[in-house]
Amino acid sequence: MAVNVASEWLNACSGCEISILNTGEALLDLLPQLNFVHIPALVDHKYYGQLGDGTALEIPEAVVGIVSGGVRNTEHKHVLDEMRKKVKVLIALGSCACYGGVPAQANMFKPEEIFEKVFRGSPSTDPAPDPQDPNVPPWTPTCQALDEVVKVDIAIPGCPPHPDWIADAILALLAGKTSWALPERSVCDTCPVIREKKSGGGPIKRMLANAEFNPDEGIDKMRCLNEQGIFCMGPVTLAGCNGKSGVPRCVQARTPCRGCFGPIRKGAKPMVDMMGALTSVGLDPKTLVDRRAIMNRYIGGHGYLTALPARPVR
Amino acid sequence: MGKVINIQPITRIEGHAKVAITLDDAGNVADTKVHVQALRGFEKFCEGRPVEEMPRIVCHICGICPWAHHLASSKAGDACLGVTPPPAAVKLRRLMQNIAYVGDRILHFYFLAAPDFVIGPDADYSVRNVVGIIQAAPDIAKQVVKMRQQTANMLEHFAGRAIHPTFSMPGGVSKPMTEADRKEMLPLAGELLEFSKFSMKFAKDNVFPKYLDAIKSIGVIQVGYLGTVRADGTHDFYDGKLRLMKPDGSYDDFAYDQYVDYIGEWVEPWSYQKFPYAKKWGKLNLSLDNPTGVYRTNCLARINVADKMATPLAQKELEEFRAAFGRPAHFTLLYHYARLIELLQCAEQVMELLNDPEITSKDIRVPVTPKAGRGVGCVEAPRGTLIHDYECDAEGLITKVNLIVGTTHNNAAINLSVNQAAKLCIKEGKYDQGALNKVEMAIRAYDP
Repeated sequence: MAVNVASEWLNACSGCEISILNTGEALLDLLPQLNFVHIPALVDHKYYGQLGDGTALEIPEAVVGIVSGGVRNTEHKHVLDEMRKKVKVLIALGSCACYGGVPAQANMFKPEEIFEKVFRGSPSTDPAPDPQDPNVPPWTPTCQALDEVVKVDIAIPGCPPHPDWIADAILALLAGKTSWALPERSVCDTCPVIREKKSGGGPIKRMLANAEFNPDEGIDKMRCLNEQGIFCMGPVTLAGCNGKSGVPRCVQARTPCRGCFGPIRKGAKPMVDMMGALTSVGLDPKTLVDRRAIMNRYIGGHGYLTALPARPVR
Repeated sequence: MGKVINIQPITRIEGHAKVAITLDDAGNVADTKVHVQALRGFEKFCEGRPVEEMPRIVCHICGICPWAHHLASSKAGDACLGVTPPPAAVKLRRLMQNIAYVGDRILHFYFLAAPDFVIGPDADYSVRNVVGIIQAAPDIAKQVVKMRQQTANMLEHFAGRAIHPTFSMPGGVSKPMTEADRKEMLPLAGELLEFSKFSMKFAKDNVFPKYLDAIKSIGVIQVGYLGTVRADGTHDFYDGKLRLMKPDGSYDDFAYDQYVDYIGEWVEPWSYQKFPYAKKWGKLNLSLDNPTGVYRTNCLARINVADKMATPLAQKELEEFRAAFGRPAHFTLLYHYARLIELLQCAEQVMELLNDPEITSKDIRVPVTPKAGRGVGCVEAPRGTLIHDYECDAEGLITKVNLIVGTTHNNAAINLSVNQAAKLCIKEGKYDQGALNKVEMAIRAYDP
């Protein structure tokens, strides 16, 4: 019998949903086992009834709820609360849902600074007051991860999460399990580059020039990017971006990791740990340009990024 | 004032919006509004970021068209730092863009739009979706899933990521293509081209003829168009000049950095999404009978502004399309037709680029040096023209960002089409879920 599934996207870009579709033929095998009662990306179920005359926002009951995106406005919060009420197992899908994601970079600014810029501070915009209407939900004070608002049962991080893990988690649920988590390994644990535990020193390089490598040789013949002096978040980032096999995705492009799967374990202090990793190969973390934003690129929720002057390192 | 019908969420689109239809006492449409409820603030929180990091930050604006933002941002960075990427880098950027767009068009046509046409606009919502498509046409659905996965695999295998790429940066791209990469991709590209040809024929034989009445009625408006063309007027996704066409077909061409002279953005209190308008045509007017300043982007706009397509099969299709619908073609549902003509061009260009000897050149990036500057980078995203306007300081850190992106350009037009469709489908208080779905079809055509 098919399991009822409800799905929502909040402060999101739809990359997670595209990643689900990229599951490919495995998706076709999985689909008959799932009955999507609500998924705005694909199915026309409406909050206020199919004739649009209901008075309360309603999502049907389901066993599994999948939510991508963080919480950025009061409507997101409302939808998330309704999902939590109606589903047994709530999955946070993707790094916006798990940690706030790239949109939580906004937490470095006050909301009013952002509105000022968007509606009155651009060369093409005719300056106007902030939109204000019952149909335009006000912002919450910060951009939050889902577990800052409701209880989350399963987290599938990644920007986007790899289809292997989405399928894996759903199959685990179908098999009757109620929990699932990625193994606690670092991106470096899955990265085949050559490591000699030291760099040439000097200031940390920006990607102003490409890494050094021989394109006719595999990644396993390339020197570790941190050891080349190029900042890479691999040491403190949860592994899995490459799915169950393969080279970490950014390294496959010969570019450094920026931490899209988030910290290796809950409660980790990736900034502190990363500074340690840089120091250990002879690089000075203080020479990293735009350090706070770059080290927290995907994890600005949970108070990691704030509009206050830089907080003591956590 | 009578009742309000809330269509929320608008479904089978990318993003968060609702339609509110207000009826008068007689049950006829008094007003419609499409409320866009999402705002993330990229224009502010990109301030302070290193310019070379921007292509891998702003791609997160859209998970369906990350490659478009990735490339527009790279081009803005090229311009800020005053560098010209090597020819092979441009070809690799174009190759990745075209592969990504093939996947995007297949997704929209078969999985987002087709339920309205293959299952039917009035069918119950529980079957009018991708699962319904899989049941109604399992063989085609299987091919669709396979082709989509293939585009993702091609991007990932070479460039690491299909979604939210890191491959392109100011000055070029991160790695060259090897002969082995090229040989591996060629047969896959051949399959994409075959499937694109099949899709065009399938739609012309089995889909469009059945819905000619709908095409000629739902969401129809007469407004202007914006898109990118090469110096000689040929359709181009990656580079050229912007062409802004009036509803009567006359047009102005302008360089990217002149966009502020031609395009303004209006703010309405009832939507987070701004309303870009053609400044030189007068003040924005959203009245259905006499709209001013309104233009559209995305595929229909591009094939309207282009004098010709860039590839032979797509050109043949454009000629047939123009013979049937004229230039500019105004029927809103023709977006679906135009999307497939572009699908064909993308697939043809993937083949052309893979067969270009220069594609495997090792000269793929010029190193860049931070310096103060301004750069406007534009590409055509599937959903319309992207304008990324950056300024950076002497350290190459961003000081200002202005973005006008894909669907935002269509905001005014979508509001007009919804108003038209609602008035067409709802009369004297009579409507059903099929009627409300037709209102949404007017939105879906824009693939927002």
